Amino acid sequence: MVMEAISRSGRMSLVDKLYEINWVFVLLITAIAAVGFAMLYSAADGSFDPWASRQMIRFGMGMAVLLVFALIDPRIWLQLAYPAYAFALLLLIAVEVAGTTGMGATRWINLGFIQLQPSELMKITLALALARYYHVLEQDRVSHPLYLLPALAFIALPVVLVLRQPDLGTALLLSVVGISIIFMAGLSWRYIIAAGAAALAAIPIVWEFLHPYQKERVFTFLDPSRDPLGAGYHTTQAKIALGSGSVWGKGFMEGTQSHLNFLPEKQTDFIFVMLSEEMGLMGGLALMGLYAAVLGFALTVAIGIRHQFGRLLVAALAVNFFLYVFINVAMVMGLIPIVGVPLPLVSYGGSAMLVILAGFGLLMSIYVHRGEELPRGGGII
Amino acid sequence: MALDDRDADKQKMFSRRAAILGGGQLALFTVLAGRMYYLQVIESQEYEILAEENRVNVRLLPPLRGEILDRFGEKLASNRQNFRVVLIPEQTDDVETTLDKLSEIIPISDRTRKRLLREVRQKRGFVPLTVAENLEWESFAEINIHTPDLPGLQPEVGDTRHYPYGEDLAHVVGYVAAVTDKDLDGADDPLLQLPGFRVGRSGVERLLENELRGRAGNSRVEVNAFGRVIRELAKDPGTPGDEVVLTLDMDIQRYATERVRGESASVVVMDVLTGELVSIVSAPGFDPNLFNVGLSQAEWDGLTNNELNPLVNKTLAGQYPPGSTYKMIVALAALEAGVISPHRKISCTGKVTLGSHDFHCWKRGGHGPVNMVEAIKQSCNVYFYDIGKRVGIDKIEEMSRRFGLGDQLAVDMAGEKSGLVPSRGWKRATTGISWQQGETLNASIGQGYVLTTPLQLATMAARIANGGSGVRPWLVRSVGGQLRQMPQAAPMGIDSAHMKVIQDGMDAVVNIPGGTAFRSRLPLENASMAGKTGTALVRRISREERARGVLKNDELPWKFRDHALFVGYGPVESPRYSISVIVDHGGGGSRAAAPVAKDIMTRVLTRDPMQMSAYEKLTPGSDVTSLERPLDASGGRG
Repeated sequence: MVMEAISRSGRMSLVDKLYEINWVFVLLITAIAAVGFAMLYSAADGSFDPWASRQMIRFGMGMAVLLVFALIDPRIWLQLAYPAYAFALLLLIAVEVAGTTGMGATRWINLGFIQLQPSELMKITLALALARYYHVLEQDRVSHPLYLLPALAFIALPVVLVLRQPDLGTALLLSVVGISIIFMAGLSWRYIIAAGAAALAAIPIVWEFLHPYQKERVFTFLDPSRDPLGAGYHTTQAKIALGSGSVWGKGFMEGTQSHLNFLPEKQTDFIFVMLSEEMGLMGGLALMGLYAAVLGFALTVAIGIRHQFGRLLVAALAVNFFLYVFINVAMVMGLIPIVGVPLPLVSYGGSAMLVILAGFGLLMSIYVHRGEELPRGGGII
Repeated sequence: MALDDRDADKQKMFSRRAAILGGGQLALFTVLAGRMYYLQVIESQEYEILAEENRVNVRLLPPLRGEILDRFGEKLASNRQNFRVVLIPEQTDDVETTLDKLSEIIPISDRTRKRLLREVRQKRGFVPLTVAENLEWESFAEINIHTPDLPGLQPEVGDTRHYPYGEDLAHVVGYVAAVTDKDLDGADDPLLQLPGFRVGRSGVERLLENELRGRAGNSRVEVNAFGRVIRELAKDPGTPGDEVVLTLDMDIQRYATERVRGESASVVVMDVLTGELVSIVSAPGFDPNLFNVGLSQAEWDGLTNNELNPLVNKTLAGQYPPGSTYKMIVALAALEAGVISPHRKISCTGKVTLGSHDFHCWKRGGHGPVNMVEAIKQSCNVYFYDIGKRVGIDKIEEMSRRFGLGDQLAVDMAGEKSGLVPSRGWKRATTGISWQQGETLNASIGQGYVLTTPLQLATMAARIANGGSGVRPWLVRSVGGQLRQMPQAAPMGIDSAHMKVIQDGMDAVVNIPGGTAFRSRLPLENASMAGKTGTALVRRISREERARGVLKNDELPWKFRDHALFVGYGPVESPRYSISVIVDHGGGGSRAAAPVAKDIMTRVLTRDPMQMSAYEKLTPGSDVTSLERPLDASGGRG
């Protein structure tokens, strides 16, 4: 089916498409992933086992997905947008019914070969669905209330389901991704300002619905000394590790805080701290630079695309990617409360890596086919 | 083309909004970079310190306690290797099996096993638990051979205090024991917090605790978040405690201890020229090693309920009426005051009467007319009642104090009692009643209120022997190779002719037939001993008892019998050693104390420890000569 889809895109040959892939971008994300490999190697005290080797295999698989996605014609994605969204929504409902509970929240569904987090999948399918919606919608109707409501519904359905798991972090991420698509589609500033005010007003109401552990995280964030050996321990130890890394770091595999296990979750959510301890401010800034380059590339691509679907999809994927990076790094530096968000492409973990690379596959697909137009009326099927 | 126009609108709008979004992202990234700069540059130093505190754990290394030696370098308190086995639970899969295997080599009690299994559950797996301590070398060696079959067990060698002479020195050297809350109060030495650390609890161990203890070393180790030691970063082995050399001669000490074994007694031998203590024995003793390990309740009860008082150092803390050994003081007071000529004879009829009260001589029929030398020789009470009455209590008190009675003497021993020299002022202050002349008579024969310690009596004898030099007893010869300064021996300002009379009297006591200690003269050809016997009444004989006929001392229960005393010195011609012997409830001094003194003095003079070269491990610059006083006539004693 995939090969069929590729072959049916009439105007470009397979070789053309391979040539059109932006290999510099592929190299860029490989570089980011390589930073992750190095840190995972260090986290295991100089061993590829247990983390680095597995992470490499997952990256290889993810990269294969990226390349295959890159070759698929955007018209196929346009066609698949709504069905994929519906599928992800069904999975979220399935999680409600048959999901496994981990860490006090029901988030995972066991597909036999992989523990899938449907909310991760939803981040992409929501972008697809909204991009398709605004692709078709006339520009002068974007700010019409009647046409705003379906877009909000697209966002609200998964957000409500994710909140029930409960996973406040992902719900917020989904909302921000969705809203940023509406924003880029050109929603009137009046709505934006009004929505912002409403969101502020809703904070106390949301607070009431928070679980005690979520409230505790916020408290601990505001005052880490509240619980120096419990929840505040993470924040405090992360700051110590990061701060003691100084400008040039303690050296690869020399991070005392990480290697002596003072730093919790060093191979997953707190891997940026480990990098900063061993490679210092310079190492941290270098990685941030790589991330910024990825985002810059994505926005540049988006602006150059000749159809709204591609522009919004690429921009939404970039926003999603940005949110991962920002939330993770801000969290480990004590700027925002601790939420379980991995550092994309670097943190150890399969599900997130796959979703990110699949997203970049879509991005690359749009980029490869950037010369082609996409009729509003629909695809080729 | 209409489609294209519309898309151009969309693209324009999108580009604007995307630029805003991109700008927003850039701004947030800048915030992150700023935060990184703040933490890693501005606050970096603070976090570096915190990281170091996290990582580095300082472990104390207890220093080796200084050894205590006798004057010839014999070890009186040393450190012995403590062979022990510890269990590191995480290194074995099955603690029980490991213990079973170990029990084939050394016995493991059920109590120990239960304690270990409990601790295994409570503590982290890498914390070593003590399985057995103070193992024999053979068992320890066998465990070492079998370590491959004993997973989780680790043989270790520590240090523990050891007293090779046990009870022979218990009171002098003292002992170490576990730290108590009282030790911790106000003390800041971190060593005190160390589990298993011992501090000096009595004797020299307590007196010189600071010098003996040494300075703690430390090992800076890297630990992980769970407290496990990863590696040692730096090590400071610390400074061992100072070596302490005592003035004692262990040979004499051991001999004297053996001589009074079974008695409740005290023996003090000292150098009359320097004041160095050659031997101080308080019998019975106790095994100081028990206090180091920890006493059982039964052992403790056995020590505290023993009527021979093994825990009390009687040489310093035992206060006895000096009895007739006090007569030299009374005689000297009288001579110095000029109230009696040494040749003047006083007739002893067996008693004197003062008011309605009779004061008896120990010899019923009396001694007849006696001069001072004869009175000392035969210990005639009536003679001393007479001169005591003439000279008065004030002069007696003054002379007593010149000889070091009634006050603490020793410069370097703890727990010394001061004894008691009564005076008019003292009596009025304590009882409110003025001094009675009858009390002067009692004091003249060393009874009544007068109390002395064996150490004071030996010092008194030394000051008589050396012709009136106020030597003071001392015990610690050097600390850490640094010789201690001999305490100042001020001349006492006593007429040497008077002193000679007393010396002649004491010579006669031992060496002239009829002297109270003639039977205890030395069995040596070239050297003799001078001395004075004494018998201290423990309980006043009542008038009714006297009327009924006085019971013989032997017929009384032990604790009511008289104390037997002897003070003396030798050799007579050129005195070097003084001695005091008190046998508690031993009966008469001539019968119970003088023979002990004879044997010990014989040993001392034969060996002559002060003429032997002493152990010296001196630091440069210390003054060696201050102690080496030439002996005028060492004689050809063999």
